[in-house]
Amino acid sequence: MFFETMLLTFKLAITTTIILFIIGVPIALWISTTKLKIKPIIETIVSMPLVLPPTVIGFYLLIFLGPNSAIGGFVETYFDTRLVLSYEGILIGSVIFSFPFMIHPLQSGLQSLPKSLVEASYTLGKSKFQTLLHVQLPNIRSSLLTGLVLTFAHTVGEFGVVLMIGGNIPGQTRVASLAIYDEVEGLNYDVANQYALTLFAISFFVLLIVYSVNKKYSGVLR
Amino acid sequence: MIEIDIQKSFKNQNERINFNFKTSIEQGSLSALFGKSGSGKTTLLRLLSGLETPDCGQISVAGKIWFDSNKKINLSPQKRDVGFVFQDYALFPNMSVIENLRFAQNEKNEDFLEEILEIVELKEFKNKMPASLSGGQKQRTALARAVARKPKLLLLDEALSALDNTMRKNLQDNIEKIHKRFNMTTLMISHDIAEVYKLASKVIMIDNGAILKEGNPDILFESSKISGKFKFSAKILKIQKADTIYIVTLLIGDNLTKVVATQSEIEKMNIGDVVLVASKAFNPIIIT
Repeated sequence: MFFETMLLTFKLAITTTIILFIIGVPIALWISTTKLKIKPIIETIVSMPLVLPPTVIGFYLLIFLGPNSAIGGFVETYFDTRLVLSYEGILIGSVIFSFPFMIHPLQSGLQSLPKSLVEASYTLGKSKFQTLLHVQLPNIRSSLLTGLVLTFAHTVGEFGVVLMIGGNIPGQTRVASLAIYDEVEGLNYDVANQYALTLFAISFFVLLIVYSVNKKYSGVLR
Repeated sequence: MIEIDIQKSFKNQNERINFNFKTSIEQGSLSALFGKSGSGKTTLLRLLSGLETPDCGQISVAGKIWFDSNKKINLSPQKRDVGFVFQDYALFPNMSVIENLRFAQNEKNEDFLEEILEIVELKEFKNKMPASLSGGQKQRTALARAVARKPKLLLLDEALSALDNTMRKNLQDNIEKIHKRFNMTTLMISHDIAEVYKLASKVIMIDNGAILKEGNPDILFESSKISGKFKFSAKILKIQKADTIYIVTLLIGDNLTKVVATQSEIEKMNIGDVVLVASKAFNPIIIT
């Protein structure tokens, strides 16, 4: 049971981080360069998960992804997948809930790069994609690392959204943070401590790695 | 031939600035853009390289159209085949000197890179990261990188302004060598009259977003009708009164010299001015 829950927790966190990285880089790039007037609106939407209670996000996801909703119904009919009370559901919830944790570091990293680096790459005949791959991303390594790790750690630690949209189904949607709550309810303090201590240790070491590596990178690039 | 005839208007905080550039530059020549800061020199380079788009006009380089508002042609910076040396160097911090140069090449040609590194005297630094280079070395790397793809047009944005005198002279020599060796059409921004005299065959004076005048470097001096045998640009360092005349101390290159001037001549001079010192009808003695 313990290992199953831990495995699910990390599967969720890793998948969320990968998805957010893939969609986060183009979005952060767009926000950091756009001159459109709707930029503040987009930035607000990206930051909303920071201020909203997770239950609010969970509640709306439940409404909009449920089998009776347009999106939920469509996916269930054509892809045979239910988006609530399922792994897919908590994955979507995690991606939305951790959005700002990936976008913000990437955006500030990209904005802090001198504009002339990108322009120099263009005048050297390199496309936008080549410039992103060889110039922009390698020079914001510390922002990249921060975004990846924060997203991962934040997903491991989330509670409200997963509970709302996933229920608490063992092996499917019961992640470590939910399991702790469950075990305490059942007065199984030993098992709760096992989960809690594991999460505590992992969080500590993950953040320790970020700060140590960031220090090394900033030494190379400054 | 490079033909330029472009207009662009920018909105500043409170005023509108109109740029209007019309000139032609000979293939293989080295021309200098000369003018006050804010006059539009950098903007002209950015318009040529495609980093900014003119409102209307044409740019053609060696018969190829880079921009034409009537025909709706606007080549991206990637397709324009320019080498741009940025004022802040813009070296990629994640690549070593040689990697910066390699990144610039579309077709790999290590021999060519070695040759450039030799000219700019960076051979022994080729594996260093930009962060560990001095200002002059960074500048030379930026120059080498811009040359590495053999551009049709080499643009130097105040390439030498941040350097001290010795490094400046060094880089001037590098620019001259590169220009002679590869015959690239070069357009450089300069504030320094001596530099313009040394390197450029043509000066384009820019003021307030338009070309004030252009021609050979003598035009830098309004009243240069003098056909002096010896002509130097000099900076006024000191004006001293001595009896009824004045002694003006001038800096020519790295040398100090003193010249006599009258009261009426003094009135037009200010300390720090760059002037032309000319002399004719005298026999210089050459000491060997």
